[in-house]
Amino acid sequence: MGMTLSEKILAEKAGRPSVSPGELVMAKVDLALGNDVTSPIAIKAFRAAGAKKVFDRGKIALVADHFTPNKDIASAEQVRTMREFAREQGILHHYDVGRMGIEHVLLPDEGIVGPGDLVIGADSHTCTYGALCAFSTGVGSTDLAAAMVSGEVWLKVPETLRIVLTGRPGKWVEGKDVILHIIGKIGVDGALYRSMEYAGDGIAHLPMAWRFTMTNMAIEAGAKNGIFPFDEVTRAYADARSKRPYKVFSADPDARYADEIRVDLSSLEPVVAFPHLPENTRPVSQAGNVPIDQVVVGSCTNGRIEDLRSAAEVLRGRKVHDGVRMIVFPATQEIWLQAVREGLMEVFVEAGAAVSTPTCGPCLGGHMGILARGERAIATTNRNFVGRMGHPESEVYLSNPAVAAASAVLGRIGGPDELGRRER
Amino acid sequence: MELRGKAWKYGDDVDTDAIIPARYLNTSDPAELAKHCMEDIDTSFAASAAKGDFIVAGKNFGCGSSREHAPIAIRAAGVSAVIARSFARIFYRNSFNMGLPILEAPEAVDEIAAGDLLAVDMGAGVLRNETKGKEYRFTPIPPFMQELVAAGGLMNFMTTKRKGEGA
Repeated sequence: MGMTLSEKILAEKAGRPSVSPGELVMAKVDLALGNDVTSPIAIKAFRAAGAKKVFDRGKIALVADHFTPNKDIASAEQVRTMREFAREQGILHHYDVGRMGIEHVLLPDEGIVGPGDLVIGADSHTCTYGALCAFSTGVGSTDLAAAMVSGEVWLKVPETLRIVLTGRPGKWVEGKDVILHIIGKIGVDGALYRSMEYAGDGIAHLPMAWRFTMTNMAIEAGAKNGIFPFDEVTRAYADARSKRPYKVFSADPDARYADEIRVDLSSLEPVVAFPHLPENTRPVSQAGNVPIDQVVVGSCTNGRIEDLRSAAEVLRGRKVHDGVRMIVFPATQEIWLQAVREGLMEVFVEAGAAVSTPTCGPCLGGHMGILARGERAIATTNRNFVGRMGHPESEVYLSNPAVAAASAVLGRIGGPDELGRRER
Repeated sequence: MELRGKAWKYGDDVDTDAIIPARYLNTSDPAELAKHCMEDIDTSFAASAAKGDFIVAGKNFGCGSSREHAPIAIRAAGVSAVIARSFARIFYRNSFNMGLPILEAPEAVDEIAAGDLLAVDMGAGVLRNETKGKEYRFTPIPPFMQELVAAGGLMNFMTTKRKGEGA
């Protein structure tokens, strides 16, 4: 019987001719990831188990991105624990301030993850790399510890939800709108324990950055992973970036899918997810009058150069509304520099927005943009849970970068089409 | 293994930010995390939960982040097991990996009220609501997961297995 994309990769990594949903396999990992919040627990477990050496110092990535630049003394201690472990073990892919970026943007851009890989990470948004036709999934710190020792992970082979995309998206509709639309349709546990595998001729209209946004938020539908088929867009990205040879997998024509949904991209408009779940979606045209205090553009979901360009295109020649604080977070040092070279930084600063060094900070209410009681933010991040960005009585609305930028100008939630003329 | 305690009842989609807000993730000390467990949705839980109590919740418990701080905080708060209609997958595997018992029992969840006294036999797959005088059977956890819990989590399981294989 045929296999889906995820089954193909899992079978290969488990050293089996085939696997089917529900089976438990031990699989070899190509990369195991930890960050400054999750790796200290993994390092403690690693030591408690009496382990002395990691299985392969080239197959572990440690990225200081959550509470960095160090937020406080406790955070500084956690980052140091990770740094000292990285030095002791000679970890090749260790990224500290000045060279780091938000892990899920950094690792593909650095070419450390590529097509056909099996990647696990002690961070729920590890599912991002599925955009490259890899199997990647979030796990906990103990899983990371075990993988650092053995190079293996236990995984239950997931059933697969096939998502067929057709048509071409219209103006201002981006990858974020497609995934928010899907989550709105199936719910925050609509793909629980499942793989979300994309298919259909609509994929050709999705640039790599949008695909990363879509697989990044697979976890927001409860999925184990999100995965795109390999095509010329993937090839161009992987060939330019990948630091090692990669293997291309494809789903069998007779693969078995647990379910299928279809999305006509041409029918979508920009979407906003209202508090306090990503499934509470509405078209931006039906958002009503929602005044905002803060706008955040960035994160592992939407901190790529394409996202910054989209926000800057809206902001050029316009000003952030009085009383609105707009903060832009380029996801990596490379993107930051590219934004300087393209003149995007000028656009942001002249509009009255602040630009930060790369960090996950505000997305998880860690630092660099915390909300007070009763405040509202629209953000290009991935979660709008209670208290996600600060006070339990604050609110987060999720959108694409163009809508976030337009809202910054309007002082309330709205789309780019509602804006007046530019100043010049 | 028989567990006994009273129920703390919550709704659907309790996320990891509700279980332990990210602002406290600058430590992994269990006692410190326990102080803030469930804080943003229930300010009384951390101070009042007694050893052995259960968290009882609706669907998709533990959705969101991969933070193992969530099951760590719950266990350090004294909770003996989490009973839910369903669990988000990373929370599910984290719980087994670190040895926190969790079980899916939709019918029982619907009928349990906050404060009910519960007794759970994990091995036999039986949950008794002593306050209501009702008994429920739940599907015992898969053998591999039982081995993980019995070993006290994934790392112990791995260490024992490696010794057993003479590695």
